[in-house]
Amino acid sequence: MSSAAIDPRLANARAAPKRGLRLSWSDPMFRNIVWQVLIVGLVVAVVWYLVANTQHNLEVRRIATGLGFLSNTAGIPIAETLIPYDPAVNTWGRAVIEGILNTFKVAVVGIILSTILGTLIGIGRLSKNWLVAKVTSVYVETLRDIPVLLQLLFWYGLLQALPGPREFRGSTSWIFISNRGLKLPILVWEPAHWWALGACVLGLILTMAWNATANRRRDATGVKPPVWPAALLLMAGFPALVWASLGAPHEIDFPALKGFNFAGGGTITPEYFALLLGLTLYTAAYIAEIVRSGIQAVPKGQWEAAAAIGLHPGAVLKLIVLPQALRVIIPPMTSQFLNLTKNSSLAVAIGFQDVVSISGTMLNQTGQAIEGVGIIMAVFLAFSLSISLFMNWYNARIALVER
Amino acid sequence: MFRLTVGAGLLASALLAALPAMAQPSGSATLDAVKARGTLICGVAGAVPGFSLPDSQGIMRGIDADSCRNVAAAVLGDANKVKFAVTTTQNRFTALQSGEIDLLVRSTTWTLGREASLGLEFAGVNYYDGTGFLVKKALGVKSAKEMDGATICVQPGTSTELAISDYYRVNKMKFTPILIQDLAEIQAAFLAGRCDAYSTDSSALATFRATQTNKDDFLLLPEIISKEPLGYVVRKGDDKWFDIVRWSYFATVAAEEMDVSSKNVDEMLASTNPDIRRLLGVEGEMGKSLGLDAKWAYNIIKQVGNFGETWDRNITVLGVPRGINAVWTKGGLHYAPPIR
Repeated sequence: MSSAAIDPRLANARAAPKRGLRLSWSDPMFRNIVWQVLIVGLVVAVVWYLVANTQHNLEVRRIATGLGFLSNTAGIPIAETLIPYDPAVNTWGRAVIEGILNTFKVAVVGIILSTILGTLIGIGRLSKNWLVAKVTSVYVETLRDIPVLLQLLFWYGLLQALPGPREFRGSTSWIFISNRGLKLPILVWEPAHWWALGACVLGLILTMAWNATANRRRDATGVKPPVWPAALLLMAGFPALVWASLGAPHEIDFPALKGFNFAGGGTITPEYFALLLGLTLYTAAYIAEIVRSGIQAVPKGQWEAAAAIGLHPGAVLKLIVLPQALRVIIPPMTSQFLNLTKNSSLAVAIGFQDVVSISGTMLNQTGQAIEGVGIIMAVFLAFSLSISLFMNWYNARIALVER
Repeated sequence: MFRLTVGAGLLASALLAALPAMAQPSGSATLDAVKARGTLICGVAGAVPGFSLPDSQGIMRGIDADSCRNVAAAVLGDANKVKFAVTTTQNRFTALQSGEIDLLVRSTTWTLGREASLGLEFAGVNYYDGTGFLVKKALGVKSAKEMDGATICVQPGTSTELAISDYYRVNKMKFTPILIQDLAEIQAAFLAGRCDAYSTDSSALATFRATQTNKDDFLLLPEIISKEPLGYVVRKGDDKWFDIVRWSYFATVAAEEMDVSSKNVDEMLASTNPDIRRLLGVEGEMGKSLGLDAKWAYNIIKQVGNFGETWDRNITVLGVPRGINAVWTKGGLHYAPPIR
């Protein structure tokens, strides 16, 4: 036995008696093997039956299988797309990608907003201010207890009650809030803006590098050189310079009433806004509870000890309490992010075309139900695993390092 | 040992119990299933006035619902032995393909693509329709050609969706679709002004308009931009069931052609007209060759009525003219091959 070699205490222990396999029901090893073979065989048989049955039925009904249909022209209209889409030219594959991007658009923005809102409300529940504490409690208890689908329908119904475009006739406003959504002036995007954006990212990286240098200098000398002038220069001044050197293009596209709709400008549709609002407000209620429990999990002694060494309240929260609270907060937070992403599939109810809606239409128009459902499952699995991986990485980073 | 005996006994009795049901297979899995169950499970929309909508007593009313009753009357001898399954535009085909429903009559358009690749067959057309647009009069639009830049409410997964896309492409115009699966939700979005026009089969638009309290505020645009023959859908690969469904429809048309109605069908049993005698099962073995009772068509006509009666009861009351949906003898498209 190899264990004997590793653990010196076992060096003189007697090895287990060797014995062969007996073909008898009283032999536990034989029993185990029989059970395992039976269970594996059963699983294989069930899977085989399902696959064979499906294939047989598909054949009898002459339903084509495979993913070849993805390269056929889609023909279905899609209301809002992140990348250009033309139903006459683009394929089903492209339509599904539009759906994935739309889901992504809701999930990412929703996760960021609900985290910010949830954290504020969670801290608010612990506030000594009676009004703040009660208002946030009511928020959490109300929104957590109403099914999210009803909330979505409520917000969507509310947005539909806004005035129609015709009521803005003669208006010279730049921003329109109507039942067609929020219309905003947008910058006409040109290559110079990409360069400026690139310069900004570069500036951010340089600022972070400078911050690290400043921290080292603080450790060596006790005085931290100021960071904000460099940050301002690198992240605002530098991109502005790049933008100006490329001719400073700044054409703005204003929305205007044309015919019976608005034309031009950027749009946030009621469908997207209702979905984002509903998911954010709902998930924020859960996140608030997680944040509250995380902060309350930090022993009172930590607060008192931090105060005793003279840290001001902000520093106590930032340096002592939050790092410890985060260890409690992060794992359940991952579940909330996954929930928000999966709940985004309720978009079908209010007409936002996420990946479920587009795949649903696709499986109906092409009849490829198995493939369509497979695509939806694969997309959500990929989303969920990515979120889990990222959160596990972050969790490991902030975990208590034991020495 | 005891358990083994009990187990074997149970197995044997289960096999015995299954035997009578399998004793005389008709050659149609669907027909056998319907007969064994004693009810027909029929997929309908359940929310479209004139097609399928429960009345105040909860009884499904409409031309689609009555089409289901035709088949139940022919197969089970009782038009009421129908269980209506409410399906959406997105799950209707899956429900049929998977065997959840026996028959789909849900204002579903017959297209080559659906018949050739979805594993479905269209057994008959109960309504010759076309895609139209409904707008509010206040919009000031008189023709679909003026609808460039419009926002249009439409249900996803429908042939309407594809038809509008094509129409706008051909006329070099642009539109923004609002696609909501639930019928009530999409209609609410249109009424709230989220979209400028609501588009679907013109029959459904007419009935939707007719059921609004302020129906004169709405205008059905004159353009009919596509052909939408709506009908009975069955699974592919069950030819006998296909025949039964198809001839259930033809029986109602034939009855209207020969002026046989629910009111005079009993007198007609004594008719000397051989066509009527064959239809009503007085003569010949028409029912038997379909695998049905000789009274199959009599039951349909007696309990549900002929095609014209079904139409008048469900569609005429909503103020929609019969038009091309008359029988061929009156200038319409409904035509039954000879029953002989």
